[in-house]
Amino acid sequence: MSNATSDNDTVHRVSFLNKGSVNIPILRVLQADGTVYEEAVLPAIDEALAHRIYDTCVFTRVLDERMLGAQRQGRISFYMTCTGEEASIIGSTASLDDEDVILAQYREHAAIRYRGFTTEQFMNQLFSNEEDLGKGRQMPIHYGSAELNYQTISSPLATQIPQATGVGYSFKMQGKRNIAICYFGEGAASEGDFHAGLNMAAVLNSPTIFFCRNNGYAISTPTTEQFAGNGIASRGPGYGMHTIRVDGNDMLAVLAATQQARAYAVENNKPVLIEAMTYRLGAHSSSDDPSGYRSKDEEAKWQQHDPVKRFKLWMINKGWLTEKQDIEMYDKYRKEVLKELKLAEKRPLCMLDTLIEDVYDTPTPRLKQQLKSLKKHIKKYPDSYPNSKGRL
Amino acid sequence: MAKINMLQAINDALSTALETDDKSVLFGEDVGHFGGVFRATSGLLEKFGNERCFNTPLTEQGIAGFANGLASNGMTAIAEIQFADYIFPAIDQIINETAKFRYRSGNEFNVGGVTFRTPYGGGIAGGHYHSQSPEAYFTQTAGLKVVVPRNAYQAKGLLLASIRDNNPVIFFEPKRLYRANVGEVPDEDYEIELGKAEVVTEGTDITLLAWGAQMEIIENAADMAAKKGISCEVIDLRTLAPWDMDTVAASVKKTGRLLINHEAPFTGGFAGEIAATIQEECFLHLESPISRVCGLDTPYPLIHEKEYMPDALKTFEAIKASVNF
Ligand SMILES: Cc1ncc(C[n+]2csc(CCOP(=O)(O)OP(=O)(O)O)c2C)c(N)n1
Repeated sequence: MSNATSDNDTVHRVSFLNKGSVNIPILRVLQADGTVYEEAVLPAIDEALAHRIYDTCVFTRVLDERMLGAQRQGRISFYMTCTGEEASIIGSTASLDDEDVILAQYREHAAIRYRGFTTEQFMNQLFSNEEDLGKGRQMPIHYGSAELNYQTISSPLATQIPQATGVGYSFKMQGKRNIAICYFGEGAASEGDFHAGLNMAAVLNSPTIFFCRNNGYAISTPTTEQFAGNGIASRGPGYGMHTIRVDGNDMLAVLAATQQARAYAVENNKPVLIEAMTYRLGAHSSSDDPSGYRSKDEEAKWQQHDPVKRFKLWMINKGWLTEKQDIEMYDKYRKEVLKELKLAEKRPLCMLDTLIEDVYDTPTPRLKQQLKSLKKHIKKYPDSYPNSKGRL
Repeated sequence: MAKINMLQAINDALSTALETDDKSVLFGEDVGHFGGVFRATSGLLEKFGNERCFNTPLTEQGIAGFANGLASNGMTAIAEIQFADYIFPAIDQIINETAKFRYRSGNEFNVGGVTFRTPYGGGIAGGHYHSQSPEAYFTQTAGLKVVVPRNAYQAKGLLLASIRDNNPVIFFEPKRLYRANVGEVPDEDYEIELGKAEVVTEGTDITLLAWGAQMEIIENAADMAAKKGISCEVIDLRTLAPWDMDTVAASVKKTGRLLINHEAPFTGGFAGEIAATIQEECFLHLESPISRVCGLDTPYPLIHEKEYMPDALKTFEAIKASVNF
């Protein structure tokens, strides 16, 4: 559409559009009891895929529970869970090609797990040890892996959104049938970068999926204080973008929507916006206490929509999973996480030399000089720098 | 006089500002009912209502632009940026707009009523996105005042002065002292004049200069030096823009030596500006080169935080080197 109006677009009395003018349906495939809505169309899913998805769910639950505990014991400094949002994250990642690039916000560790990030790799990042791919430079939960096409997390919110537009565009330029997927919260969608990123993607035809986890809160701020319109999805058509809203606690709905979004993006070199309606069951982070801003009742209500349980019931109904297998899976991962945690905890931190690495491709003379005088200083006072003592 | 921590002192100042100026408004991410992620605004929504103390959507660019708009139309805008690391999305509004509103309009309009408060600095195992000290990006911008308190008493007096100053102010709060620094803070309304440094300890051999959280570091270094018979004059700059050259120069003329300590990286840091100016002002009085003990020229690290920090030991070594030059 151009800005020229035809007579068909014209009215002769003032009439405003408002929030209610846009009716956005929500895609739901699975019912609470694990059966499928009669008229629903299932996504492409076989037993193997269902197991890979469910396995990721169980691992993530275990990891979140154990590492939050480890944080409380003071073994790691910080932690964030994705509890309650597993279907949004895993259902979408499971719809992608392994070469599609993921640009996540910080609560999407299930996605990197789905791609094959090992328990040991998780622990190395969480303990910032010398095996951490990020060389111990970022706080816990800032995972990244070039091998798995998962770009390393950056804490400033929404910066990954216009970057995803660029990644998607680069696939188009390279003639590859791949896309970028970008995750963000409904809070981050208030940042200028969100608007810039979506607008550019729509105008420049970048094959990118913008995946909003609308989980109800940005730290303490509820959605009612975040936006006045009809969620995030209502903005998609405004940018001229294909858009869909899904039940973010419904694995099959997320899978179906993202599979089709990906196919559309690849075929047409165009972006898609997906808004997953979900709920952050846990605290914002290990430094936060949600009892200050939301009620136990509200949390309890959402517990009943647990996305992992719903998907599990579906698998059991299909005869693809038994309660016994389920218990064994949890058990296996609890043991594995604990074992790797203990190993990672003991691994040493990076050597001091890494302090000046990767600032530039090679350290500048100035940085080398700073490192040299730092080492001299540490040699004089080794006890004051326990991490570097005896390891220069 | 009550003994309170820096967060409580800031809360007290904000409450006083809202009480004494009915055109003042306080806002930012999570500052409403929740009271801010550090709890600096606790209880203020309940006290002043949600038209004067409220959550904004998550957009620093929006917060800064909104503050400019409010102040351009006669209000007093007190905005919180949740971490100084996240002030950068607002940088266009602050540097191109806040700082130049008055100048570009021939003073037809100004946003002197804007104050941005933001927690800065490291020492909290926060890595490079929760530890930065970005003051130098702002000291280079004419039209902005930049203020950094070192304790609870100053936090209240300097914050009230900043809010009431007829120029936009960026008020950097040393987050590692938020709860750690407890001191006597008067209940009543008081202001500490902006643009004035404070001579904290008098001395004769060398002047040590810092601001905010690094004051504790140079005071510790001065104690170590005292045991070696070196007498340090310790100065807290308090306001970086405009900075109090006269107080610093007078001290350096007396001691003949200057050491500047800041947590931000060495290159392009504000210490460079001070060193160059004092070298001009005090050239014939200097007995050794002005020394700078700063962060390294790397992003703020996580595991090597201790090594990176311009700590008391590094400062002590630099004091000795300067005195024995
Ligand atoms: C630019 C920027 N501003 C502020 C913050 C501090 N912060 C971290 S997470 C967060 C809330 C994010 O909420 P949302 O995007 O809804 O994601 P959720 O945590 O709910 O998954 C805030 C304000 C930040 N990291 N970056």
